[in-house]
Amino acid sequence: MGFRWDLVWSSLPALLQGAKLTVQLTSIAVCFGIILGTIAGIARLSKSPLRLAAASYIDIIRGTPLLVQTFLIFYGLPSLISRPIPAYTAAILALSINSGAYVGEIVRSGIQSIDKGQWEAASSLGLSGSQTMGLIILPQAFRRILPPLGNEFIALLKDSSLVSIIALEELVRKGQIIIGRTFRPFEVWLAVAIIYFVMTFAVSRLVNVVEKRVVAH
Amino acid sequence: MKKLSVLFLVLSLVLSVGSLALGQGVLKVATEAGFMPFEYVDAETGALLGFDMDLIREIGNVLGLEVQIDNIAWDGLIPALLNGNYDCLIAGITITDERKEAVDFSEPYFESVLTVVAKTGGGISSLDDLAGKIVAVQINTTGDFTASDLYDAGDVKGVSRFDTVADAMQAVIIGAADAVVIDLPVAEAYLEANPSAPLNHSGPVSDNEFYGIAVNKNNKDLLEKINGALATLKAQGIYDAIYQKWFGGM
Repeated sequence: MGFRWDLVWSSLPALLQGAKLTVQLTSIAVCFGIILGTIAGIARLSKSPLRLAAASYIDIIRGTPLLVQTFLIFYGLPSLISRPIPAYTAAILALSINSGAYVGEIVRSGIQSIDKGQWEAASSLGLSGSQTMGLIILPQAFRRILPPLGNEFIALLKDSSLVSIIALEELVRKGQIIIGRTFRPFEVWLAVAIIYFVMTFAVSRLVNVVEKRVVAH
Repeated sequence: MKKLSVLFLVLSLVLSVGSLALGQGVLKVATEAGFMPFEYVDAETGALLGFDMDLIREIGNVLGLEVQIDNIAWDGLIPALLNGNYDCLIAGITITDERKEAVDFSEPYFESVLTVVAKTGGGISSLDDLAGKIVAVQINTTGDFTASDLYDAGDVKGVSRFDTVADAMQAVIIGAADAVVIDLPVAEAYLEANPSAPLNHSGPVSDNEFYGIAVNKNNKDLLEKINGALATLKAQGIYDAIYQKWFGGM
Protein backbone atom coordinates (compact mmCIF):
# COMPACT_ATOMS: atom_id res chain seq x y z
CA MET A 1 0.00 0.00 0.00
CA GLY A 2 2.33 2.77 -1.19
CA PHE A 3 1.24 6.31 -1.79
CA ARG A 4 -0.80 6.44 -4.97
CA TRP A 5 -0.22 9.69 -6.83
CA ASP A 6 -2.46 8.44 -9.63
CA LEU A 7 -5.38 8.60 -7.18
CA VAL A 8 -4.60 12.20 -6.34
CA TRP A 9 -4.68 13.01 -10.05
CA SER A 10 -7.78 10.99 -10.88
CA SER A 11 -9.75 12.54 -8.04
CA LEU A 12 -8.79 16.09 -9.04
CA PRO A 13 -11.64 16.78 -11.51
CA ALA A 14 -14.32 15.89 -8.96
CA LEU A 15 -12.49 17.74 -6.19
CA LEU A 16 -12.11 20.87 -8.33
CA GLN A 17 -15.83 20.72 -9.03
CA GLY A 18 -16.33 20.75 -5.26
CA ALA A 19 -13.81 23.58 -4.90
CA LYS A 20 -15.85 25.58 -7.40
CA LEU A 21 -18.88 25.31 -5.12
CA THR A 22 -16.71 26.22 -2.12
CA VAL A 23 -15.52 29.39 -3.90
CA GLN A 24 -19.06 30.20 -5.03
CA LEU A 25 -20.60 29.81 -1.57
CA THR A 26 -17.79 31.75 0.08
CA SER A 27 -17.81 34.65 -2.39
CA ILE A 28 -21.56 35.14 -2.18
CA ALA A 29 -21.48 34.85 1.62
CA VAL A 30 -18.58 37.30 1.82
CA CYS A 31 -20.59 39.92 -0.11
CA PHE A 32 -23.67 39.48 2.08
CA GLY A 33 -21.41 39.30 5.13
CA ILE A 34 -19.86 42.69 4.33
CA ILE A 35 -23.28 44.28 3.83
CA LEU A 36 -24.69 42.73 7.03
CA GLY A 37 -21.50 43.45 8.95
CA THR A 38 -21.32 47.09 7.89
CA ILE A 39 -24.93 47.63 8.94
CA ALA A 40 -24.37 45.79 12.22
CA GLY A 41 -21.10 47.59 12.92
CA ILE A 42 -22.59 51.05 12.34
CA ALA A 43 -25.78 50.17 14.23
CA ARG A 44 -23.77 49.00 17.22
CA LEU A 45 -22.20 52.43 17.51
CA SER A 46 -25.42 54.36 16.94
CA LYS A 47 -27.59 55.72 19.69
CA SER A 48 -30.81 54.30 18.24
CA PRO A 49 -32.62 51.15 19.46
CA LEU A 50 -30.91 49.37 16.58
CA ARG A 51 -27.84 49.36 18.76
CA LEU A 52 -29.30 46.66 20.99
CA ALA A 53 -30.46 44.63 17.99
CA ALA A 54 -26.99 44.76 16.43
CA ALA A 55 -25.27 43.89 19.70
CA SER A 56 -27.62 40.89 20.21
CA TYR A 57 -27.08 39.70 16.64
CA ILE A 58 -23.31 39.84 17.01
CA ASP A 59 -23.30 38.21 20.46
CA ILE A 60 -25.71 35.40 19.57
CA ILE A 61 -24.05 34.50 16.26
CA ARG A 62 -20.53 34.66 17.65
CA GLY A 63 -21.64 32.69 20.68
CA THR A 64 -23.06 29.73 18.79
CA PRO A 65 -21.34 27.29 16.40
CA LEU A 66 -21.75 27.72 12.65
CA LEU A 67 -22.66 24.03 12.52
CA VAL A 68 -25.63 24.56 14.83
CA GLN A 69 -26.68 27.67 12.91
CA THR A 70 -26.61 25.64 9.69
CA PHE A 71 -28.77 22.90 11.23
CA LEU A 72 -31.20 25.47 12.63
CA ILE A 73 -31.66 27.13 9.24
CA PHE A 74 -31.85 23.94 7.16
CA TYR A 75 -33.87 21.70 9.48
CA GLY A 76 -35.53 24.20 11.83
CA LEU A 77 -36.57 27.17 9.72
CA PRO A 78 -38.75 25.17 7.26
CA SER A 79 -41.11 24.16 10.07
CA LEU A 80 -41.47 27.83 11.06
CA ILE A 81 -42.15 29.15 7.56
CA SER A 82 -43.72 25.85 6.40
CA ARG A 83 -41.78 25.65 3.17
CA PRO A 84 -38.51 23.85 2.42
CA ILE A 85 -35.27 25.78 2.17
CA PRO A 86 -32.94 24.36 -0.49
CA ALA A 87 -29.57 23.33 0.93
CA TYR A 88 -27.80 25.92 -1.24
CA THR A 89 -29.93 28.77 0.11
CA ALA A 90 -29.57 27.49 3.66
CA ALA A 91 -25.79 27.37 3.28
CA ILE A 92 -25.59 30.92 1.87
CA LEU A 93 -27.85 32.14 4.68
CA ALA A 94 -25.86 30.43 7.41
CA LEU A 95 -22.46 31.52 6.09
CA SER A 96 -23.59 35.12 5.42
CA ILE A 97 -25.27 35.58 8.80
CA ASN A 98 -22.30 34.04 10.55
CA SER A 99 -19.74 36.11 8.67
CA GLY A 100 -21.80 39.27 9.11
CA ALA A 101 -21.41 39.08 12.88
CA TYR A 102 -17.63 38.85 12.71
CA VAL A 103 -17.42 41.56 10.03
CA GLY A 104 -19.68 43.69 12.26
CA GLU A 105 -17.11 43.66 15.03
CA ILE A 106 -14.31 44.36 12.55
CA VAL A 107 -16.22 47.32 11.11
CA ARG A 108 -16.99 48.64 14.59
CA SER A 109 -13.32 48.56 15.58
CA GLY A 110 -12.42 50.19 12.26
CA ILE A 111 -14.84 53.06 12.81
CA GLN A 112 -13.69 53.55 16.39
CA SER A 113 -10.09 53.70 15.28
CA ILE A 114 -10.77 56.88 13.29
CA ASP A 115 -9.95 59.98 15.31
CA LYS A 116 -12.98 61.62 16.90
CA GLY A 117 -11.73 65.01 15.78
CA GLN A 118 -12.76 64.13 12.25
CA TRP A 119 -16.41 64.03 13.33
CA GLU A 120 -16.08 67.48 14.79
CA ALA A 121 -14.27 68.76 11.73
CA ALA A 122 -16.92 67.33 9.42
CA SER A 123 -19.79 68.80 11.40
CA SER A 124 -18.14 72.22 11.46
CA LEU A 125 -17.95 71.94 7.67
CA GLY A 126 -21.71 71.41 7.63
CA LEU A 127 -21.79 67.68 6.93
CA SER A 128 -24.58 65.64 8.45
CA GLY A 129 -23.95 62.57 10.59
CA SER A 130 -24.67 60.09 7.78
CA GLN A 131 -22.64 62.12 5.31
CA THR A 132 -19.70 62.07 7.71
CA MET A 133 -20.04 58.31 8.18
CA GLY A 134 -20.42 57.53 4.47
CA LEU A 135 -17.95 60.01 3.01
CA ILE A 136 -15.30 60.49 5.67
CA ILE A 137 -15.25 57.74 8.28
CA LEU A 138 -16.16 54.53 6.43
CA PRO A 139 -13.68 54.92 3.54
CA GLN A 140 -10.85 55.35 6.01
CA ALA A 141 -12.14 52.61 8.28
CA PHE A 142 -12.31 50.12 5.41
CA ARG A 143 -8.73 50.86 4.52
CA ARG A 144 -7.69 50.04 8.07
CA ILE A 145 -9.75 46.88 8.41
CA LEU A 146 -8.62 45.26 5.18
CA PRO A 147 -6.19 42.86 6.91
CA PRO A 148 -8.73 41.55 9.46
CA LEU A 149 -11.36 41.37 6.70
CA GLY A 150 -8.95 39.26 4.66
CA ASN A 151 -8.51 36.96 7.65
CA GLU A 152 -12.26 36.66 7.97
CA PHE A 153 -12.63 35.65 4.33
CA ILE A 154 -9.95 33.01 4.66
CA ALA A 155 -11.68 31.69 7.78
CA LEU A 156 -15.01 31.63 5.96
CA LEU A 157 -13.51 29.77 3.01
CA LYS A 158 -12.39 27.03 5.38
CA ASP A 159 -15.54 27.13 7.52
CA SER A 160 -17.67 26.63 4.41
CA SER A 161 -16.63 22.96 4.64
CA LEU A 162 -19.17 22.67 7.47
CA VAL A 163 -22.12 22.95 5.09
CA SER A 164 -21.20 19.53 3.70
CA ILE A 165 -23.35 18.36 6.60
CA ILE A 166 -26.50 19.45 4.74
CA ALA A 167 -25.48 17.45 1.66
CA LEU A 168 -23.86 20.28 -0.30
CA GLU A 169 -21.11 18.78 -2.38
CA GLU A 170 -18.38 21.28 -1.78
CA LEU A 171 -14.74 20.31 -1.55
CA VAL A 172 -14.86 18.26 1.67
CA ARG A 173 -17.99 16.36 0.65
CA LYS A 174 -16.52 15.51 -2.74
CA GLY A 175 -13.50 14.15 -0.90
CA GLN A 176 -15.69 11.98 1.34
CA ILE A 177 -17.54 10.60 -1.67
CA ILE A 178 -14.30 9.66 -3.41
CA ILE A 179 -12.96 8.00 -0.25
CA GLY A 180 -16.18 6.00 0.04
CA ARG A 181 -15.46 4.55 -3.38
CA THR A 182 -11.66 4.20 -3.25
CA PHE A 183 -10.95 3.71 0.49
CA ARG A 184 -7.79 5.82 0.16
CA PRO A 185 -8.27 8.57 2.73
CA PHE A 186 -4.67 9.80 2.82
CA GLU A 187 -4.33 10.59 -0.87
CA VAL A 188 -7.75 12.21 -1.10
CA TRP A 189 -7.49 14.31 2.08
CA LEU A 190 -4.03 15.44 1.01
CA ALA A 191 -5.42 16.58 -2.34
CA VAL A 192 -8.28 18.36 -0.53
CA ALA A 193 -5.81 20.09 1.81
CA ILE A 194 -3.64 21.23 -1.09
CA ILE A 195 -6.63 22.69 -2.93
CA TYR A 196 -7.76 24.56 0.21
CA PHE A 197 -4.25 25.90 0.67
CA VAL A 198 -4.04 27.12 -2.91
CA MET A 199 -7.37 28.90 -2.48
CA THR A 200 -6.55 30.57 0.86
CA PHE A 201 -3.08 31.50 -0.34
CA ALA A 202 -4.60 33.16 -3.39
CA VAL A 203 -7.04 35.08 -1.21
CA SER A 204 -4.29 36.31 1.13
CA ARG A 205 -2.16 37.44 -1.84
CA LEU A 206 -5.17 39.19 -3.31
CA VAL A 207 -5.82 41.00 -0.03
CA ASN A 208 -2.15 42.05 0.06
CA VAL A 209 -2.35 43.50 -3.44
CA VAL A 210 -5.55 45.40 -2.68
CA GLU A 211 -4.07 46.64 0.57
CA LYS A 212 -0.98 48.03 -1.17
CA ARG A 213 -3.09 49.78 -3.79
CA VAL A 214 -5.43 51.30 -1.24
CA VAL A 215 -2.57 52.52 0.92
CA ALA A 216 -0.82 54.01 -2.11
CA HIS A 217 -3.83 56.21 -2.80
CA MET B 1 21.61 11.68 28.38
CA LYS B 2 19.55 11.18 31.50
CA LYS B 3 16.65 12.98 29.90
CA LEU B 4 16.92 10.78 26.87
CA SER B 5 16.77 7.57 28.90
CA VAL B 6 13.75 8.87 30.82
CA LEU B 7 12.13 9.63 27.49
CA PHE B 8 12.82 6.09 26.32
CA LEU B 9 11.42 4.68 29.52
CA VAL B 10 8.21 6.69 29.15
CA LEU B 11 7.99 5.82 25.49
CA SER B 12 8.41 2.10 26.07
CA LEU B 13 5.85 2.22 28.88
CA VAL B 14 3.35 3.95 26.62
CA LEU B 15 4.03 1.50 23.84
CA SER B 16 3.65 -1.55 26.07
CA VAL B 17 0.39 -0.24 27.50
CA GLY B 18 -0.72 0.43 23.94
CA SER B 19 0.10 -3.06 22.79
CA LEU B 20 -1.70 -4.48 25.83
CA ALA B 21 -4.85 -2.70 24.68
CA LEU B 22 -4.49 -4.23 21.24
CA GLY B 23 -3.43 -7.56 22.70
CA GLN B 24 -5.01 -10.98 22.88
CA GLY B 25 -7.92 -10.42 25.22
CA VAL B 26 -9.73 -7.66 23.38
CA LEU B 27 -11.69 -7.42 20.15
CA LYS B 28 -11.73 -3.79 19.06
CA VAL B 29 -14.88 -3.18 17.07
CA ALA B 30 -16.14 -0.04 15.32
CA THR B 31 -19.72 0.66 14.31
CA GLU B 32 -21.87 3.62 13.32
CA ALA B 33 -24.80 3.62 15.69
CA GLY B 34 -27.35 5.41 13.52
CA PHE B 35 -28.73 2.25 11.99
CA MET B 36 -31.58 0.97 14.12
CA PRO B 37 -32.32 -1.92 14.69
CA PHE B 38 -28.79 -3.07 13.89
CA GLU B 39 -26.91 -0.52 15.96
CA TYR B 40 -28.16 2.48 17.89
CA VAL B 41 -27.46 4.37 21.07
CA ASP B 42 -29.91 3.86 23.91
CA ALA B 43 -31.30 7.31 24.66
CA GLU B 44 -31.25 6.81 28.43
CA THR B 45 -28.19 4.74 29.18
CA GLY B 46 -26.02 5.63 26.20
CA ALA B 47 -25.38 1.91 25.66
CA LEU B 48 -24.91 0.54 22.15
CA LEU B 49 -27.84 -1.73 21.33
CA GLY B 50 -29.07 -3.65 18.30
CA PHE B 51 -28.88 -6.89 16.39
CA ASP B 52 -25.28 -6.33 15.32
CA MET B 53 -24.24 -5.34 18.84
CA ASP B 54 -25.73 -8.51 20.35
CA LEU B 55 -24.17 -10.60 17.60
CA ILE B 56 -20.65 -9.22 17.95
CA ARG B 57 -20.80 -9.54 21.75
CA GLU B 58 -21.80 -13.20 21.39
CA ILE B 59 -18.98 -13.68 18.88
CA GLY B 60 -16.64 -12.23 21.51
CA ASN B 61 -18.08 -14.70 24.03
CA VAL B 62 -17.39 -17.66 21.75
CA LEU B 63 -13.86 -16.45 21.03
CA GLY B 64 -13.17 -15.60 24.67
CA LEU B 65 -12.45 -11.97 23.78
CA GLU B 66 -13.61 -8.85 25.53
CA VAL B 67 -15.57 -6.82 22.98
CA GLN B 68 -14.91 -3.06 22.94
CA ILE B 69 -17.20 -1.17 20.57
CA ASP B 70 -16.62 2.40 19.42
CA ASN B 71 -19.35 4.41 17.74
CA ILE B 72 -17.68 6.40 14.94
CA ALA B 73 -18.75 8.11 11.71
CA TRP B 74 -19.97 5.79 8.96
CA ASP B 75 -17.60 7.46 6.58
CA GLY B 76 -14.60 6.65 8.72
CA LEU B 77 -15.31 2.96 9.34
CA ILE B 78 -13.34 1.31 6.54
CA PRO B 79 -10.45 3.83 6.72
CA ALA B 80 -10.23 3.21 10.50
CA LEU B 81 -10.11 -0.54 9.90
CA LEU B 82 -7.45 -0.17 7.21
CA ASN B 83 -5.18 1.96 9.39
CA GLY B 84 -5.32 -0.62 12.17
CA ASN B 85 -7.41 1.27 14.73
CA TYR B 86 -9.90 -1.59 14.89
CA ASP B 87 -9.93 -5.36 14.50
CA CYS B 88 -13.28 -5.52 12.75
CA LEU B 89 -16.38 -3.56 11.76
CA ILE B 90 -19.99 -4.51 12.25
CA ALA B 91 -22.39 -1.84 11.05
CA GLY B 92 -24.92 -3.37 8.69
CA ILE B 93 -22.24 -3.22 6.01
CA THR B 94 -23.40 -4.73 2.73
CA ILE B 95 -20.83 -6.97 1.08
CA THR B 96 -20.00 -5.36 -2.28
CA ASP B 97 -17.28 -6.11 -4.84
CA GLU B 98 -15.81 -2.64 -4.41
CA ARG B 99 -15.58 -2.97 -0.62
CA LYS B 100 -14.13 -6.49 -1.02
CA GLU B 101 -11.19 -4.91 -2.81
CA ALA B 102 -10.41 -2.96 0.36
CA VAL B 103 -11.39 -5.34 3.18
CA ASP B 104 -12.29 -8.97 3.82
CA PHE B 105 -15.83 -9.90 4.81
CA SER B 106 -17.06 -12.68 7.07
CA GLU B 107 -19.70 -15.07 5.84
CA PRO B 108 -22.94 -13.12 5.36
CA TYR B 109 -24.79 -12.82 8.68
CA PHE B 110 -27.90 -10.98 7.53
CA GLU B 111 -29.95 -10.81 4.35
CA SER B 112 -31.30 -7.35 3.61
CA VAL B 113 -32.85 -5.38 0.77
CA LEU B 114 -33.26 -1.73 -0.20
CA THR B 115 -36.50 0.22 -0.05
CA VAL B 116 -37.73 3.69 -0.96
CA VAL B 117 -39.05 5.92 1.82
CA ALA B 118 -41.19 8.89 0.77
CA LYS B 119 -43.97 11.13 2.00
CA THR B 120 -47.23 9.26 2.52
CA GLY B 121 -49.53 9.76 -0.44
CA GLY B 122 -46.81 11.37 -2.54
CA GLY B 123 -47.05 8.76 -5.29
CA ILE B 124 -43.51 7.37 -4.87
CA SER B 125 -43.48 3.60 -4.36
CA SER B 126 -40.61 2.25 -6.51
CA LEU B 127 -37.23 3.19 -7.93
CA ASP B 128 -38.96 4.07 -11.21
CA ASP B 129 -41.09 6.67 -9.43
CA LEU B 130 -37.89 8.54 -8.54
CA ALA B 131 -37.61 9.95 -12.08
CA GLY B 132 -37.12 13.70 -11.83
CA LYS B 133 -36.91 13.52 -8.03
CA ILE B 134 -34.21 14.41 -5.52
CA VAL B 135 -33.08 11.36 -3.57
CA ALA B 136 -31.62 11.68 -0.06
CA VAL B 137 -29.21 8.98 1.09
CA GLN B 138 -26.67 8.25 3.76
CA ILE B 139 -23.31 8.94 2.12
CA ASN B 140 -21.38 5.92 0.80
CA THR B 141 -24.10 3.36 1.53
CA THR B 142 -25.63 0.96 -0.99
CA GLY B 143 -28.58 3.37 -1.05
CA ASP B 144 -26.13 6.08 -2.16
CA PHE B 145 -24.58 3.78 -4.78
CA THR B 146 -28.01 2.84 -6.17
CA ALA B 147 -29.17 6.46 -6.28
CA SER B 148 -25.85 7.54 -7.83
CA ASP B 149 -26.24 4.93 -10.58
CA LEU B 150 -29.77 6.23 -11.24
CA TYR B 151 -28.38 9.77 -11.37
CA ASP B 152 -25.59 8.80 -13.79
CA ALA B 153 -28.23 7.17 -16.02
CA GLY B 154 -30.26 10.40 -15.90
CA ASP B 155 -33.09 8.68 -14.02
CA VAL B 156 -33.18 10.98 -10.98
CA LYS B 157 -32.78 14.75 -10.69
CA GLY B 158 -30.26 14.76 -7.89
CA VAL B 159 -28.70 12.87 -4.99
CA SER B 160 -28.34 14.55 -1.59
CA ARG B 161 -25.77 12.75 0.53
CA PHE B 162 -26.16 13.10 4.30
CA ASP B 163 -23.96 11.79 7.11
CA THR B 164 -26.71 9.90 8.92
CA VAL B 165 -29.94 8.07 8.18
CA ALA B 166 -31.82 10.46 10.47
CA ASP B 167 -30.58 13.51 8.51
CA ALA B 168 -31.64 11.95 5.19
CA MET B 169 -35.11 11.13 6.54
CA GLN B 170 -35.44 14.63 7.98
CA ALA B 171 -34.57 16.12 4.58
CA VAL B 172 -37.63 14.37 3.11
CA ILE B 173 -39.84 15.45 6.02
CA ILE B 174 -38.92 19.13 5.56
CA GLY B 175 -39.27 18.83 1.79
CA ALA B 176 -35.62 19.36 0.83
CA ALA B 177 -35.63 15.92 -0.86
CA ASP B 178 -38.34 13.65 -2.25
CA ALA B 179 -37.31 10.18 -1.10
CA VAL B 180 -34.70 8.14 0.74
CA VAL B 181 -33.20 4.92 -0.63
CA ILE B 182 -32.27 2.82 2.37
CA ASP B 183 -32.15 -0.70 3.82
CA LEU B 184 -35.67 -1.99 4.46
CA PRO B 185 -35.18 -3.19 8.08
CA VAL B 186 -33.77 0.23 8.98
CA ALA B 187 -36.67 2.02 7.28
CA GLU B 188 -39.12 -0.14 9.21
CA ALA B 189 -37.41 0.52 12.52
CA TYR B 190 -37.23 4.25 11.80
CA LEU B 191 -40.93 4.48 10.94
CA GLU B 192 -41.83 2.45 14.00
CA ALA B 193 -39.73 4.68 16.25
CA ASN B 194 -41.08 7.86 14.63
CA PRO B 195 -44.80 7.17 14.19
CA SER B 196 -45.55 10.86 13.64
CA ALA B 197 -43.21 11.08 10.63
CA PRO B 198 -45.40 11.56 7.51
CA LEU B 199 -43.44 8.85 5.67
CA ASN B 200 -43.93 5.33 4.42
CA HIS B 201 -41.76 2.76 2.68
CA SER B 202 -42.42 0.81 -0.49
CA GLY B 203 -41.20 -2.64 0.47
CA PRO B 204 -38.27 -4.31 -1.34
CA VAL B 205 -37.06 -2.44 -4.44
CA SER B 206 -33.69 -4.09 -5.10
CA ASP B 207 -31.90 -7.42 -5.23
CA ASN B 208 -31.13 -8.87 -1.84
CA GLU B 209 -28.01 -7.63 -0.08
CA PHE B 210 -25.89 -9.41 2.48
CA TYR B 211 -24.27 -7.85 5.53
CA GLY B 212 -20.84 -9.01 6.56
CA ILE B 213 -18.37 -8.28 9.34
CA ALA B 214 -15.39 -6.45 7.82
CA VAL B 215 -11.87 -7.52 8.78
CA ASN B 216 -8.50 -6.19 7.64
CA LYS B 217 -7.14 -8.17 4.68
CA ASN B 218 -3.94 -8.94 6.59
CA ASN B 219 -5.87 -10.54 9.45
CA LYS B 220 -7.06 -13.84 7.89
CA ASP B 221 -6.70 -15.49 11.28
CA LEU B 222 -9.37 -13.28 12.86
CA LEU B 223 -11.59 -13.69 9.80
CA GLU B 224 -11.52 -17.47 10.24
CA LYS B 225 -12.23 -17.16 13.95
CA ILE B 226 -15.21 -14.88 13.32
CA ASN B 227 -16.59 -17.24 10.68
CA GLY B 228 -16.14 -20.15 13.08
CA ALA B 229 -17.92 -18.23 15.85
CA LEU B 230 -20.80 -17.34 13.51
CA ALA B 231 -21.22 -21.03 12.64
CA THR B 232 -21.16 -21.95 16.33
CA LEU B 233 -23.78 -19.31 17.19
CA LYS B 234 -26.03 -20.59 14.42
CA ALA B 235 -25.58 -24.23 15.48
CA GLN B 236 -26.33 -23.39 19.12
CA GLY B 237 -29.46 -21.43 18.25
CA ILE B 238 -28.04 -18.23 19.72
CA TYR B 239 -28.12 -16.51 16.33
CA ASP B 240 -31.82 -17.37 16.00
CA ALA B 241 -32.52 -16.05 19.47
CA ILE B 242 -30.90 -12.72 18.61
CA TYR B 243 -32.81 -12.64 15.32
CA GLN B 244 -36.10 -13.30 17.12
CA LYS B 245 -35.30 -10.60 19.68
CA TRP B 246 -34.90 -7.91 17.02
CA PHE B 247 -37.04 -9.12 14.13
CA GLY B 248 -39.44 -11.54 15.79
CA GLY B 249 -42.39 -9.21 15.40
CA MET B 250 -41.82 -8.65 11.68
